[in-house]
Amino acid sequence: MSIEIFIQQLLNGISLGSLYSLIAIGYTMVYGILALINFAHGDIFMIGAYIAFFAVAIYALPWWLAAILTIILTACVGMLIERVAYRPLRDEPRISLLITAVGVAFFIENLAIVTLGARPKGFPVPAMMATNFDIYGFRISGVSIWVPILTICLLAGLLYIIYRTKIGMAMRAVAKDIEATRLMGVNVDRVIMYTFAIGSGLAAAGGMMWASKYPQIQPLMGMYPGWKAFTAAVVGGIGNITGAMIGGLIIGVVEIMTVAFFPTLSGFRDAFVFAILIIFLLVKPTGLMGEPLKEKV
Amino acid sequence: MLKVDNLHVYYGGIHALKGISLKVDRGDFVSLVGANGAGKSTTLRTIVGLVKAKEGRVEFEGEDITNKPTHEIVSRGVLLTPEGRRIFPNLTVRENLMLGAYIRKDKADIAADLEKVYDLFPRLKERQNQKGGTLSGGEQQMLAIGRALMGRPKLLALDEPSLGLAPLLVKEVFEVLKEINERDGTTILLVEQNAYAALKLAKQAYVLETGRIVLEGTGEELLVNPQVRQAYLGVSS
Ligand SMILES: Nc1ncnc2c1ncn2[C@@H]1O[C@H](COP(=O)(O)OP(=O)(O)O)[C@@H](O)[C@H]1O
Ligand SMILES: [Mg+2]
Repeated sequence: MSIEIFIQQLLNGISLGSLYSLIAIGYTMVYGILALINFAHGDIFMIGAYIAFFAVAIYALPWWLAAILTIILTACVGMLIERVAYRPLRDEPRISLLITAVGVAFFIENLAIVTLGARPKGFPVPAMMATNFDIYGFRISGVSIWVPILTICLLAGLLYIIYRTKIGMAMRAVAKDIEATRLMGVNVDRVIMYTFAIGSGLAAAGGMMWASKYPQIQPLMGMYPGWKAFTAAVVGGIGNITGAMIGGLIIGVVEIMTVAFFPTLSGFRDAFVFAILIIFLLVKPTGLMGEPLKEKV
Repeated sequence: MLKVDNLHVYYGGIHALKGISLKVDRGDFVSLVGANGAGKSTTLRTIVGLVKAKEGRVEFEGEDITNKPTHEIVSRGVLLTPEGRRIFPNLTVRENLMLGAYIRKDKADIAADLEKVYDLFPRLKERQNQKGGTLSGGEQQMLAIGRALMGRPKLLALDEPSLGLAPLLVKEVFEVLKEINERDGTTILLVEQNAYAALKLAKQAYVLETGRIVLEGTGEELLVNPQVRQAYLGVSS
């Protein structure tokens, strides 16, 4: 393998990993608070890609506006799912919540197939993403450069919210002790809703960038990225935000490098990631940075 | 200020409160004593809306707050320091205190109150950037009280603040409560198994037994009451 290809593949892995990180954060934040695996999260990512598609390809909005609108609307979808499907079950056994999450995922996927059609649509890739770079004679795709940069900006914003704002402080408190947080006068329902909003907004950003990297969108496009991002969250330590970021990068780079170094195994790239999931669940369920798992809803 | 009238609470089939009525006047120091399992915690938790009443009424400053969401009750100035302290171990000491002021908007006053809490508990200031989970039991209790004070309580309810503390610290905690009540005029509703200290501090006191109030009176009256002395103060007469 030449050095150029290696660097290209590494950057490719980092950009894919960035996208897993963005999705993984939504899984991990919701799990941290409700101990719920939000199976619909991958579908929220798909919804983000479709909203951007409609905004740009159908309504001809400029990309910057479409991106902002997409993030806001997808955040609203996330809040709606929480409000309608999860909140009424919050005091029920955790298994009801999990089954509901699976149901919501099927519902969204099938609704999307019926209303949007199962046929893939070509995604209107923003010019910025489609322009290649020439760095010291190495040809590097725009996506490989911009996705990590945009991801870093989004994650910096997220960390700012979590560690420097009042609502972020409340989120960290809710993740530890919901009842004690209530005693501080915090409207916990609202905090949980904002958590879904943030996770969904990041998934929407991920969806748009994913569709720029692989410019075909279809109603089931969220499944594999969703599962791999979930794997990333488990690898990083579910409930741990920094862990999800690192886990995403690891999964992305491992996946791309497996294909690059062992082209004959490329058919197993997905299986390989899920093998990592199973190994972690068996050997180190708390992940790289996680604390002991908690029993709660 | 606070009026609890004929409160009934059930946990599934367990009838935990069987018609509790009590009253707390502004500026008062009221103690609620009773054996383990009598329903003291349940009473406090129902007042702040963490547990729902099946029957009865809780009134604060003339308004019905029965079964209102906790954050609304807290916003009215009813703060509870729960049993077991429940500080946030993953937040710094300072963040714990700031979360106590979550319902307030007055930034300058919050900063001033933070200094006041630090004056009251100098050890918290020394450790302000440490995670709450690294504090000792006594320090965590200080933090829990300080956190409640940051919310400028009109009524401060405390559930067994002396639990698990060394005797010297227990004394310190009770002194602080006395100071908060006398100096700042904060109304206090104290739940304790340590009946002697609680009755000594109390202007008004209630004795709970299996979900019912069986005795009430001033702290002094109950301290010399033979029934109380035998059952709760370990004095055989
Ligand atoms: N979460 C709960 N579920 C079921 N029963 C409970 C619960 N909390 C308290 N109880 C029961 O209610 C009664 C009163 O408990 P509690 O209010 O904690 O008493 P105290 O604080 O005086 O020790 C006890 O019989 C206790 O077992
Ligand atoms: Mg108790």
